[in-house]
Amino acid sequence: MKLEIRGLTKRFGSFTANDGIDLTVEEGEIHCLLGENGAGKSTLMNMLYGLLEPTEGEILVDGEPVSFSSPGDAIDRGIGMVHQHFMLVPVFTVAENVALGREDVRGPGILDRRASARRVRELSEAYRLSVEPDAIVETLPVGVQQRVEILKALTREAKVLILDEPTAVLTPQETDELFAIMRRLKAEGTSIIFITHKLREVRAVADRISVIRRGKVVGTTSPQASEAELAELMVGRKVNLVVEKSEREAGAPVLSARDLVVVDPRGHQVVKGVSLDVRAGEVLCVAGVQGNGQTELVKSLLGLVRAEGGSITLAGEDITHDSPRARLERGIGYVPEDRSSDGFVGDFSIRDNLVLDLFRSEQFSRGPALALRAIADNAEARIEEFDIRTPSASTHVAALSGGNQQKVVVAREMSRPLTVLIAAQPTRGVDVGSIEFIHQRIIAERDQGVAVLIVSTELDEVYALADRIAVMYDGRVVDVVGPDTPREEIGLLMAGGRDSTDGQNDVEDIA
Amino acid sequence: MSTSTAPRTASGDVAIRDRADVLRQVKTVVVLAIAALLVLLFALSVDDPKIYWTLEERARLDTRRTLNAHVVAWSAFGYLVVALVLAALNRIRRGWVAGLVFFGAGLAFYAGFLMWFFADQRELAGIGAISIVNPLPQTVLYATPLVLGALAGTLCERAGVVNIAIEGQFLMGAFFASVASSLAYSAEAGLLGGALAGVAVASLLACFAIKFHINQIVLGVVLIALCLGLTNFLLGQIPTARENPVLASYLNQPVTLDPIRIPVLADIPVLGPALFNQSLLAYLMYASVALVTWLLFQTRWGLRVRAVGEHPKAVDTVGINVARRRWSAVLLGGVFAGLGGAFFTVGSTGAFDQNPSNGQGFIALAAVIMGRWHPIGATAAATFFGFMLATRDQLSVLTKIDSELLSAAPYLATVIAVAGFVGRVRPPAASGEPYLKS
Repeated sequence: MKLEIRGLTKRFGSFTANDGIDLTVEEGEIHCLLGENGAGKSTLMNMLYGLLEPTEGEILVDGEPVSFSSPGDAIDRGIGMVHQHFMLVPVFTVAENVALGREDVRGPGILDRRASARRVRELSEAYRLSVEPDAIVETLPVGVQQRVEILKALTREAKVLILDEPTAVLTPQETDELFAIMRRLKAEGTSIIFITHKLREVRAVADRISVIRRGKVVGTTSPQASEAELAELMVGRKVNLVVEKSEREAGAPVLSARDLVVVDPRGHQVVKGVSLDVRAGEVLCVAGVQGNGQTELVKSLLGLVRAEGGSITLAGEDITHDSPRARLERGIGYVPEDRSSDGFVGDFSIRDNLVLDLFRSEQFSRGPALALRAIADNAEARIEEFDIRTPSASTHVAALSGGNQQKVVVAREMSRPLTVLIAAQPTRGVDVGSIEFIHQRIIAERDQGVAVLIVSTELDEVYALADRIAVMYDGRVVDVVGPDTPREEIGLLMAGGRDSTDGQNDVEDIA
Repeated sequence: MSTSTAPRTASGDVAIRDRADVLRQVKTVVVLAIAALLVLLFALSVDDPKIYWTLEERARLDTRRTLNAHVVAWSAFGYLVVALVLAALNRIRRGWVAGLVFFGAGLAFYAGFLMWFFADQRELAGIGAISIVNPLPQTVLYATPLVLGALAGTLCERAGVVNIAIEGQFLMGAFFASVASSLAYSAEAGLLGGALAGVAVASLLACFAIKFHINQIVLGVVLIALCLGLTNFLLGQIPTARENPVLASYLNQPVTLDPIRIPVLADIPVLGPALFNQSLLAYLMYASVALVTWLLFQTRWGLRVRAVGEHPKAVDTVGINVARRRWSAVLLGGVFAGLGGAFFTVGSTGAFDQNPSNGQGFIALAAVIMGRWHPIGATAAATFFGFMLATRDQLSVLTKIDSELLSAAPYLATVIAVAGFVGRVRPPAASGEPYLKS
């Protein structure tokens, strides 16, 4: 099936998310859509899938104009989509999720569970997806959940499959498996639209690449283009993909965790006895696939969740039972994973957000009153220093782009004298320009002797920043390795494959 | 440094007990200790151990039997002490065995309490003393509206709509059941009228919650206030029998439902008369429990309703209309809630009087939560509350406990039950969240 998009435009009020997009996806082609966060890729796909109605333009399937007013219409025309945030009901079984909307029934709408399970099993075998129909979805690893999503599209006989940022949650090995599945589908004649912002992947799997920037297609190219060329096309200027970083001798351990255990509200252990040392003047990166306990580890280091076991010391002093505020006052800087819920108050101005954890200090208060003058001066200085792009200091943070929001958080945390900086996913949903800037600031902190702990699920980021890499899997640190460890090896560790490589990479452990 | 010295379990967890587990054990020990202590006091305070009892709903002088209160109370105490010791040694974990042990502990406490309450009565001329009677028939009677209301709540919440307004549906159901029964001179017509009134309130709830995305808690409270005011107003418009006997008889003198005794089944000892000598409404209630369970878990409609309550966007992306599923579940819930309301007029006392349900809609709501959003669980919880109401009635014949305090006891039990025994539960993920297309 051939899919054509002609002059597709979507406006939200005065904001144009997609501006006259032209795109052709041939039958049996893997077409990559490359673009930064906020470039308009998801808007485009949501129009293709009937979730949004285009303002202008048309969609043609095999040369015939179509209009989708709901996802049901798109499904009927053979379009399937795997969303970035999975559209699976976590408490249902695989078979129930696959069947939903196209249930096998007997008589007056009675579920035929056996038929649904059989259908899943058959398709799973045909495409070698190894998915168990009776498993409950929330108990499955994300990689398998994603295959369930692909199955869902396949049972609906999708001829064009849209994959929206499918690799964001996968280990390198799972990514390779996904690529293999994509190639098999392609061989069967399925067209695939593969959305991503990761340059490496684009070149590995695409037949053709369209780059989208600020709502416009700025170029279509072949996968032979170099990463630098693609990056330049995506961002609109030359990009420095490597962070300038000098060798530096690490000092004594500053932040130490011993046998930390965290239990989630449902009673499962999510951090299972983690021990870590972060040393002065080094960047320790915690790598791992989302959901292997990194979030909870960071929260327990900050005191946002209580550790059920183990201890935390900061510069030799036990802080296991300190409140989060006490820890911040001891010099821990914190860039949280989910900035919009934990990092700033969206409806507060930039000015106020820049002093959220500083307003008690002598500089910004006089008795019970805030020193508004000083706060305003501080805002001007930080906006300048951190290159925060905003109309004014009184703009609400919620109105800024992701990159500028993150710069506000980083600026605030770095305006105190720090001994430790803990940053979780510091550049998630941030544009390339801001990524460069934030990375430079993090390295600058390290060079001043701050102990830096970075948690990241993006291996590129880990390699850009790390002096040492701790890999987490299933709530444990499976190994700590050097920054020149090959990608494949770290990928194996991220999948918990420590036992298979045991004895081979122990020499890498420079702790 | 990556190696940890802490001992581990087979699943890779560090071998420590988390606070929640410790808390659970502490809670069990404390509750059992309090129960044991109270039963000990009950046992010690019984002077004259002779107590009359019967398995029938009413005591008769010729069939009632006697028991020794000391034996019963001390056995109950013994059971509680054993359970307490097991809990202290952490031998009672989760699962159905633990459930049975706690059920037994509840019974033991109840028995100990009854011994104290009914012992040492002042001799009454002719009958000697008041007997303990079988509380189950009364329990089923009281549970009927609660179960129906809880089913309505469960259906709505499973579809992602919080229904606080069960109480309002009860009131409207009660009123229009009375009117319909009076007009048609038929109790069955009353049930139909009640169900329709319940659906009417449900359609208001659905309209504002699903179409206009109004906060469902506020909406529910407002609907209750509306229903209370409206039924009071309408009642005021009906002339009393003295003012206009003809009109009054057409509007608020309903035919009530008579108990229907099912042969054979009603002769089962203890349970038979409780379950199978009830009105049509109770039989409808049994059928409704089975129907809702079957609909939710065995049909296509149920799968979609549950999906809509968990992850509406996932349902939308496979081409199913979210709003339509929610509407259908809320309206069907209205049928059950309206039938539950009918209990308060044609199902029991007859004519509608101001606020007949008197807060029982909220108890039904509590049953939804205590029953963990499952129709069977909700039924069990509603039956427990029905049992508390029946016990209140049974105890009110004696004045050992102040009657005002006694009438508050079922509600106190509700709070304790919901707070203490609900444990870790997960409501439907999208419950109370309006679905907005992006």
